[in-house]
Amino acid sequence: MIVARREAWTGRLLLVLLMAVTLVPFLSLFLTALHPSGTYPQGLDWPSHPRWSNFTTAFRAAHMGELLKSSTLIVLGVVPVSLLLATMAGFAIGHLRIVGRRLVFLVFVLGLTLPFEGIITPLYYQVRQMGLLNTRWAIILPLVGLFMPFSVFWMRAHFVNMPEELSEGARIDGANVWQLFWRIHVPLAMPAISSLAILLFLWTWNQFLLAIVLVDDPAKRTMAGALGAFQGQWGTDIPLLCAGSLLILAPTLVIFLAFQRRFVSALLQGSLKG
Amino acid sequence: MARPTFDTTVEGGEIRPAPAADREVHSPARRTAGLRTQRWFGWLFVLPALAVYAVFVLQPLFLTVEYSLYRWDGIGPATWVGLDNYAKVFTDPDLSGTILHAFTLIVFFSLIPVVLGLVIASTIRRIAASRLAVAARTVLFLPQVIPLVAAGIAWSWLLSSTGLVNQLLARLGLGGMTRAWLGDFSTALPAVGVIGAWVLLGLCTLLLLAGMSKIDPALYEAARLDGAGPIREFVSITMANLRQEIGVCVTVTVIAALATFDIVYISTQGGPGNATMVPGLEIYYQAFSERQVGVASALAVVLMLLVLACVLPIQWLTREESR
Repeated sequence: MIVARREAWTGRLLLVLLMAVTLVPFLSLFLTALHPSGTYPQGLDWPSHPRWSNFTTAFRAAHMGELLKSSTLIVLGVVPVSLLLATMAGFAIGHLRIVGRRLVFLVFVLGLTLPFEGIITPLYYQVRQMGLLNTRWAIILPLVGLFMPFSVFWMRAHFVNMPEELSEGARIDGANVWQLFWRIHVPLAMPAISSLAILLFLWTWNQFLLAIVLVDDPAKRTMAGALGAFQGQWGTDIPLLCAGSLLILAPTLVIFLAFQRRFVSALLQGSLKG
Repeated sequence: MARPTFDTTVEGGEIRPAPAADREVHSPARRTAGLRTQRWFGWLFVLPALAVYAVFVLQPLFLTVEYSLYRWDGIGPATWVGLDNYAKVFTDPDLSGTILHAFTLIVFFSLIPVVLGLVIASTIRRIAASRLAVAARTVLFLPQVIPLVAAGIAWSWLLSSTGLVNQLLARLGLGGMTRAWLGDFSTALPAVGVIGAWVLLGLCTLLLLAGMSKIDPALYEAARLDGAGPIREFVSITMANLRQEIGVCVTVTVIAALATFDIVYISTQGGPGNATMVPGLEIYYQAFSERQVGVASALAVVLMLLVLACVLPIQWLTREESR
C-alpha cells in the first residue's frame, strides 16, 4: 500500500513536471508578446505595463484576416476531396476485393514513409509547367496526392473489417455497387472518416515546405508558411514576432480544444495504424 | 506530427465466407457473375485516388531519380553525368555532413523521447485514470497540434542568449554555461535536437501509456507477489508487452529526425556555418538557391532510401513476434 501510494505521488509529480515543460514555451511566447515592441525581455517576466496592443499590431502586420481565409480555402480544397477519393479507394481495396488489390495497395503503401523533401524539386518544376505556381492549387493538388497513401491505408483498414454479409444483404435487395457504397458503407464509416478528416486538417493547416517552395505570396499560403514569412519580416522585433506566432497558432489551438477528445484519439490511432 | 509508416498486416480472411445454403437460395450463377464483374468494376473506385497519387507523388518520385543523373541548373539544358552527383553527396563533407547530422538528431528525436516516454509512462501508469492524467493528455498533445514553425520560434527565443534557459542556468549558479545555444558551433545541433525532443516526447508518452493500459494488471500483481522489483517488472512485463507501441514510436520519431526541415529552417537555417544543416534543408538550398538540381535530387534519393533502410528493419523487428 505504502509503495503504491509513493508511486502515485512520484507519478503525479512527474506528470506535473512534464506538463510544465510542455507549457513553458507557450508561456514564454505569451509573456514576451506583452513587452514593448522592439525590446529584448529577459526570460519569463511579467511586464510592468502589458502591451495588449501588440496583438492587434501583429494581427494587422501579419494580415491575419487574409491568412485565415487562405488557409481555410486550402483546407477546403484538400480535405473533402482527399476523404472522398480515399474512402472510395479504401472501399474497393478493402471490401470489394478487386482484382490486383494487393499490388495497388502495395503501391500506395510505398508512399507512406516518403519525406516530402524527397520529391519537392521535381514537384516545383511540374507545378510550374502546369502554370499553377503561386496559386493555392500549387499546395492543394500535391497535398491531395501526398496524403493519399496514409488516407487509403486508413480507410482500407476500416473496410477490411466490415463483414461481407452486410453487402450480401444489400445486393440481394438489388442495390448496385454505387448505392452499396453511399447508402450502407459511407454512413457506417463515418467515425473512421471523421478521424481522418481531423488528421488531414491538421497536416494541411501546418504544412510548411510546400507552402514556402511553391507559393511566393504569403497571403496565398497556409498558416504555417505565412508564419515563416512573418519571421523573416519581423524577426528582429521579438515581442511582435511572439504575438504574431501566438495569433497564427491560435486557430489550431481553438479547434483542438473544442474537439480534443476526437483529436487525441485520432492522433493516437493515426500513429498506431500508421 | 504523427508520420505514417508501414503496416504489413495482411488482410484477414482471404476466403470470403459464403454460406452454401445461402448461395443456393439466391440464383448462384448470377450472383457469382455479379461479384466477378464487381471485382473489375471496383477499379473505378480506385482510379481517381490512384491518378492523383500517380501525378503528384509517383511521377515526381521517378523524376527525382532521373534528375539525380544529370547536371542541371533548372533553366538551361541538362547534361548526363551518371552517378557523379551521388559521388558528390558521399564525398563532399558539406553534403555527407548533413546525413551525419540527421543521424545525430535521431538520438534526440527518437532515443530521448522513447526512453523518457517509457520511464514517464510506467511511472504514471497507476494514475492513468485520474483527473490530472486526463488533463495531461490534452496538454501533452499541444506540441503535436501547433505548426512546427511555431515550436521553432518559441524555442529559438527560449534558447537565445537572454532566454529562459540561460536565466534558469544563471539562477542555479551555472552562469558560466550560458550562451546562445543555437548560435554556438558546439551546441547548435543538440539544441535543435532538444526542440525535436520537446515536440515528440508527449506523443511517445501517450502512445506508450495507451499501450500499457492494455496490459492486464493481474500480470503486475503476480510479478509483485513473486517478489519482482520495479526494474524486473518493467523489463519482463512492460517492455515485453509494448513491442508494437515502441516500434511505432521509434518509427515515427526516426522519420521525423531524418526528414526534419521546419524546425531547422526556422531556428538556425542550418547555421552557424553548416553545424545544423540537415538533408531536407540542404535539398531545398541546392535546388532553389544553388540551382544544383542534380545534386539536390541525388541527396533526395539518398534520404528516401535512408528512411526506408531505417524503418523497414524496425517494423520487421517489432512486428514479427507481436503477431
